[in-house]
Amino acid sequence: MATPNIPLWEVFIRSRNGLAHKHVGSLHATDATLALQAARDIYTRRGEGLSIWVVPSNAITASDPSEKGMMFEPAESKIYRHPTFYDVPDEVGHM
Amino acid sequence: MYTQALNTSDGDERHIEDAERATQFQARIDADERIEPNDWMPAAYRKTLTRQISQHAHSEIVGMLPEGNWITRAPSLRRKAALLAKVQDECGHGLYLYAAAETLGSSREELVDAMLGGKAKYSSIFNYPTLTWADIGTIGWLVDGAAIMNQIPLCRCSYGPYARAMIRVCKEESFHQRQGFEIMLTLCRGTAEQKAMAQDALNRWWWPVLMMFGPPDQVSQHSDTSTKWKIKRFSNDELRQKFVDATVPQAQFLGLTFPDPGMKQNEAGNWEYSAIDWEEFKQVLAGNGPCNRDRMAARRKAHDDGAWVREAAMAYAEKRKQRAALQAAE
Repeated sequence: MATPNIPLWEVFIRSRNGLAHKHVGSLHATDATLALQAARDIYTRRGEGLSIWVVPSNAITASDPSEKGMMFEPAESKIYRHPTFYDVPDEVGHM
Repeated sequence: MYTQALNTSDGDERHIEDAERATQFQARIDADERIEPNDWMPAAYRKTLTRQISQHAHSEIVGMLPEGNWITRAPSLRRKAALLAKVQDECGHGLYLYAAAETLGSSREELVDAMLGGKAKYSSIFNYPTLTWADIGTIGWLVDGAAIMNQIPLCRCSYGPYARAMIRVCKEESFHQRQGFEIMLTLCRGTAEQKAMAQDALNRWWWPVLMMFGPPDQVSQHSDTSTKWKIKRFSNDELRQKFVDATVPQAQFLGLTFPDPGMKQNEAGNWEYSAIDWEEFKQVLAGNGPCNRDRMAARRKAHDDGAWVREAAMAYAEKRKQRAALQAAE
């Protein structure tokens, strides 16, 4: 007998060094409470984090990989958005 | 992102084979780019990886059984706590890997059912029994040692979710090997009987451990395409040799001898071992190893015994959802 499909959740963990929550993986759980507990057991057995977010996978909207060009190309050509684009004489020192 | 939901909602277009896309795909692999779940990939790449990753996951889960056998009989609280943590890790590894396999489009339930139905394989090594406490030391030292040899190159595998899962696994695996070696060292420094127990365990596990690397290169059926797709970066025989060379000095330190009188170091410094009995390997894979039936029976029992928990959790979640909908309507 096939087992019923248990919903999929994405797990995000904030480590102790104060960085943002980061995606670490996914798991199956029937509800949010169980998802949090399972995330604790699966992804933080060695003190990997101080805060966990679980999000139902189907609540995530992702960009389409086939539209990678259209989405991200515009940023590539705008080198003037980077500090190294601008000339500052050495005499001025660190800026 | 590990979302099977996204995979299945994409329509059929991604699964169509076409020469131009196949060429682009191979070019990406050759450029050492990572392939991600929603990228186009040849059906055979998807199939190979689903098979490999799910079998890897099954191995982690079945691998909990031989060691779980000794948790209640560990010789001290320290050993018991370590073994419990190790077995828990194996479960975690299985779960990371199932999640990675699911990104290729199969559901967890399908994957698990394929294993319980005997259609999917798991590592042959877990079909051997753990007769004494020294077997727990040997498993950590050699079985996990061999697994690390196999898994480190997989951290650079072309499929992103698999590579990421392997990075986590490898980080955790090192403790497994060290705790195993420590058990062996303690036994080898103990009484003559304890040392004999360690030697007996090595005698029984050595050949099955060498078989873990898979058939010799000239007969390995999955190697060529897996190498082309950068799923596999070293051949079975290369990894086996690396493992033997790393293990010999460790055994010498323990004062143990290998059950292979023909073993000798060649001029290049590599340790040459005698012929492996591939008939035994074939038999174990075919289901005729010492513990195959036991392992499958234990997995099926655990799955069946847990059915009511899964059903209750689903029913509870459904009830809460309905109650929330009613409250919202009021």
